[in-house]
Amino acid sequence: MIEVHKDNFDQEVLQADGLTVVDFWGPKCEKCLALMPDFYRIAEQYAGEAKFCKLDTSGNRRLAIAQKVLGLPVIAFYRGGEKIAELGPSECSAESIEAKVKELI
Amino acid sequence: MTDLWDIIIVGGGPGGLAAAMYGARSKQKTLLIEKGKTGGQAATTWDMENYPGFAKGTTGPGLMQAFTDHATSFGAEIVRGEVVDVTADDKIVTLKDGTKYHGRTLIFAPGAVPRTLGVKGESALRGKGVSYCATCDADFFTDLDIVVLGNGDAAIEEGSYLTKFANSVTVVVIHDEGVLDAAPMLQERAFRNPKMKFVWNSTLQEIRGDGIVEGVVLHNVKTNELTEMETNGVFIYVGTIPQTGFLQGKVNLDERGYIITNEQMETNVDGVFGIGDARVTYLRQVITAAADGAIAAVAAEKYIIEEEGFKESVLAEERPVAVVFWTPMSNRCLEMMPNIESALTVFGDKVKTWKLDTYRNRRVASRYGVTQNPTIVFFHRGQVAARLVDAEITAEAINTTLVALVN
Ligand SMILES: Cc1cc2nc3c(=O)[nH]c(=O)nc-3n(C[C@H](O)[C@H](O)[C@H](O)COP(=O)(O)OP(=O)(O)OC[C@H]3O[C@@H](n4cnc5c(N)ncnc54)[C@H](O)[C@@H]3O)c2cc1C
Repeated sequence: MIEVHKDNFDQEVLQADGLTVVDFWGPKCEKCLALMPDFYRIAEQYAGEAKFCKLDTSGNRRLAIAQKVLGLPVIAFYRGGEKIAELGPSECSAESIEAKVKELI
Repeated sequence: MTDLWDIIIVGGGPGGLAAAMYGARSKQKTLLIEKGKTGGQAATTWDMENYPGFAKGTTGPGLMQAFTDHATSFGAEIVRGEVVDVTADDKIVTLKDGTKYHGRTLIFAPGAVPRTLGVKGESALRGKGVSYCATCDADFFTDLDIVVLGNGDAAIEEGSYLTKFANSVTVVVIHDEGVLDAAPMLQERAFRNPKMKFVWNSTLQEIRGDGIVEGVVLHNVKTNELTEMETNGVFIYVGTIPQTGFLQGKVNLDERGYIITNEQMETNVDGVFGIGDARVTYLRQVITAAADGAIAAVAAEKYIIEEEGFKESVLAEERPVAVVFWTPMSNRCLEMMPNIESALTVFGDKVKTWKLDTYRNRRVASRYGVTQNPTIVFFHRGQVAARLVDAEITAEAINTTLVALVN
């Protein structure tokens, strides 16, 4: 799992080839913490087919807001430097993330 | 499905965790099923100031971690999963992935989730500046201007918390100027807070923004006037709704979906309990949820002893069983017991005797229509075969009844 932050976001996410999935989380967001093990499992399962990153928004507030993330958790899907899909706080679940990954790879 | 749990708890908020701690501590084989992370709503609030003994500095997530550790330290098991179906009579719960768990008792503690307002822009901008969880999202609004809708305890408390981050917090209140539903202490604190502002007699008509929240339309309910206001975030605290959809048609719920229970937390189904925010109750807090959990766990244990004991020792017995309903608190019972016992011993081990204190086993007594002490109900292969009430109980009558049954 790649940790992305303000200094490597462009390179790791926006300039990446293929599908990149970013888990926007924060240490005070219990739902994010609950989801994390599932995200790791999915990342492992689809390791060859997409790139998986996590972003701690607590140290990267501006970056998150620039990505139009103002509420947690959010799983965002990027390709070719653009956000192509997103699962917001009410849609994030192990099932929905996996379904979206399958749909996009 | 092979394991039989004494107590299965659905929901790992403070209610479910307290029940798990009590259950496990009294050596009941206790399972707690939680779909997310334990702690429930209490883990979504940062400042927790009103749990007795835990003063300022206590956080919701911190207290809930302590609840969780406490429950597991006595041996309660916690599994992750969402219960989607229930067979209340057989005490079976089914998870989303199809796994089934079988219990002798069930305790439902599914809590509640924030109610949505249902205005234009609300769902589209969720996670884009519309939030129901200050603890989760406060960081994003550092030095920004935000709006809180609602005026109960949660709205005012979370609004105050948000002032630690935001530049300003404007609370939109439906009541007349100066009137809040929140507790007086919270009100005072809010009115003194220089970062907190109030808009009275108003509600939200719409939340606007292209990709992220940019403003709201306020509706003055007195004048019907609509005003636009710029804002970066909207936190909504307009009550909660119980997460009892999966219980619909399984246990009695009120018209709003809250579980109906008695003081022992019993639902209308024997051995099935409901606790915490999800039940019809006067106060919905961590302390009341925890108290409900303690009551339900004790009631569940008692139910197991009473019901399962009766099932195994009386209903499943091959031989005829003479169940003597009595209570040591009645002198008449104390006088008659020696004669009853000696009349029964005549049959040696051809007949089993089972004494039940009617005071402690009211449920069983009432199921078999026992209203007087003493009463002997004779069971054979799980069925009531005969009964003798009070003055009818004589050595001869016992003898005649049992001779007929033994042969
Ligand atoms: C913003 C906010 C601030 C608050 N502040 C305070 C405060 O300062 N002091 C205080 O005393 N109280 C406070 N409360 C109230 C307190 O949090 C609740 O009263 C308490 O959490 C209720 O506990 P519970 O166990 O009944 O339910 P919940 O805490 O709601 O927990 C229920 C749990 O059950 C799980 N669940 C639900 N359905 C299922 C299912 N089908 N399968 C598996 N798991 C399921 C949920 O995921 C959840 O974790 C606050 C509440 C909010 C929302």
